[in-house]
Amino acid sequence: MSARPFLPGVAPFGQAPVPVAPMLSAPILSEAFGTRPLDGAAPGFVRAALPPGRILWAQDRLSRIETGTPFLPGMGREMLRLDLTRAADVLSAIEDGLASHAIAAVVGEFHGSPRALDFTASRRLALRAEAAGIPCWLIRHAASPDASAARMRWRLSALPSYPDPDDPQAPGDPHWRAELFRARGFPPTIWEARHDRAADRLDLVAPAGDRKLAAPQRRAG
Amino acid sequence: MDMPLALAAPGPHGPVIHAANRAAGMAGARPGARVVDARAICPALRVEDAQPAGDAALLARLSFWVRRWGPYSTPDGADGIVLDTTGTAHLFGGEAGLLADIQARLATAGLSARLALAPTRAAAWALARFGPERAICGTDPLSALMPLPVAGLRLSDETLLLLRRLGLKTIGDLAAIPRLALMRRFARTAPLDNPLLRLDQALGHLAEPLDVPDPPPDFVTQARLSEPVMDPSDWLPGLLADLCAQMAAADRGCRRLCLSVFRVDGERRDIRVSLAAPSREEGHLLRLFDGRLERLDPGYGFDLIRLAAEAVEPLSQAQPGLDGSRSDALELSRLVDRLSARFGADAITRPAPQESHIPERAETPGAAVSTLPTPSARADRPLRILTPPEEIRVLYAIPEGPPAQFVWCRQTLRVARHAGPERIAPEWWRDRPGTRLRDYFRIEDPSGLRLWIYREGLIHDGRGGAPRWFLHGIFA
Repeated sequence: MSARPFLPGVAPFGQAPVPVAPMLSAPILSEAFGTRPLDGAAPGFVRAALPPGRILWAQDRLSRIETGTPFLPGMGREMLRLDLTRAADVLSAIEDGLASHAIAAVVGEFHGSPRALDFTASRRLALRAEAAGIPCWLIRHAASPDASAARMRWRLSALPSYPDPDDPQAPGDPHWRAELFRARGFPPTIWEARHDRAADRLDLVAPAGDRKLAAPQRRAG
Repeated sequence: MDMPLALAAPGPHGPVIHAANRAAGMAGARPGARVVDARAICPALRVEDAQPAGDAALLARLSFWVRRWGPYSTPDGADGIVLDTTGTAHLFGGEAGLLADIQARLATAGLSARLALAPTRAAAWALARFGPERAICGTDPLSALMPLPVAGLRLSDETLLLLRRLGLKTIGDLAAIPRLALMRRFARTAPLDNPLLRLDQALGHLAEPLDVPDPPPDFVTQARLSEPVMDPSDWLPGLLADLCAQMAAADRGCRRLCLSVFRVDGERRDIRVSLAAPSREEGHLLRLFDGRLERLDPGYGFDLIRLAAEAVEPLSQAQPGLDGSRSDALELSRLVDRLSARFGADAITRPAPQESHIPERAETPGAAVSTLPTPSARADRPLRILTPPEEIRVLYAIPEGPPAQFVWCRQTLRVARHAGPERIAPEWWRDRPGTRLRDYFRIEDPSGLRLWIYREGLIHDGRGGAPRWFLHGIFA
């Protein structure tokens, strides 16, 4: 399994690079930062990005109290849920999950910036995830992005939803602002993400307009 | 006619008879008499040495065997077994059928037994020794015990002598004496030698608990160390290899392992690990002890380590697939084992759907290893749920709709779009009376926060004051 599952956009001569949507189900360590309380963007984005199969979902105590627990009828995924207390426990549970072949993806949730989740711990998880070929996501609530070895780091916030085709007054398909602010081999990009719930598909769209113009070519001679 | 046979035990003035068979008893050899006297009465008497230790071991083995008739049993004295048959008699055709079955099976094994069935342990003891054959006592033990001699109360010889001198020969005589007089007369005797307390035990006024031993483990291995150590981790792989070899030879796997260390200061400490599926794989079992051995309190060290397999189940040799693929169920049970060994079995759940409209009851913490299908996601149910629901303060209410503005944690939220209400009535067959219905709304604020709120109750439903509003879930 390659450590670089996606390639940067190939730029034709004289044009700005075309943003290529990263492969979200790649077996790497990714981080998703929430921006506000009561914002379901980060868990929703992670839920939509996970490959099909059984998920190990581990939470520490504060994230369970502050942001709730995954709800099976809304998730619709087979989960193995772990209600833990300390962040160090969540980290070791993630490692156990990455060592198992019964799990399709591992998700860990942390509230704040616990001391246990330092660069060394994240590097350890990144190497394990790549060696095991299992995607691993860390959902960070109320945290600031400090040093981390995560291959993709996203910052997610909710946008007003798409209109419901049946009821214009009702909230429709989820819509998020997904900022990929650090990624290995990939330029930082801001995406607009839409979760098509009927097809269970995540569409990433580069926001239109305001793109940098290509640098003018110097004429020969 | 059998040959008269007696067992002799050493006494202060030469060997005395410990036990005698029926022929010897009829010939005049009774327990407690001296062997030379018995030989004088019955010259044909054959005398063998008694083996009390062997008898005790046989009784202990037998006390586990009789658990086929009831769950709790223990040896009682040198010649008795107590068996709790509460609720099991009907399986053997009633109480009389139960006793007949026990006697027949013991006779097949070459053992003669006197049986009695009574509501209390002490009454059964007395009836078995002094009562009629296969006595069955009803709910009132006193009427059955009245004609029995006072020796049926398990008293010492001095107390029995005293009672005989007082003229109290049967339990009925004793029960007719006023309690106060009896208590005053026997105030100085030991509690277990007090006729009044013994009578109370027999009548069920005083509890007499049964101390039931566990059957010994089938697969056990131990390491005796020449000097005390503080850390068992060096010995654990060898013990596990031995135990797994024992289980493999018998085609068994265990679902629980108990590591006991016997400390030099006379204490014992146990570590138990549980498994989701039976296993006898050394590497997997060894990993379950990761992080557990550090928490063991070694005291001044221990010199005996014992590893026992509990909850043993049949486990046949599995053939691994030719393509090297692993069984998904096996891998999952391994993962569950490791996680529950480290974090406790109640930290790990596998939510399973349940038929209910009440959101709290729509998912249930199912067993970690199961094969239930998972439902597909519903758009009208939130991704995350808050337990318990958090109350919100409504600033600007609209009748028959969600609030236009509300406060959650000192943060004012405005409703831009909404869907609902979805009315969920209480489940009258489970909820207590007076539970109010809920009207759920999916709302979205102008910045895109999508939430699930509900109003508990209606204004004039007669089940409390003004309806309250709660935040219950967060949508993606």
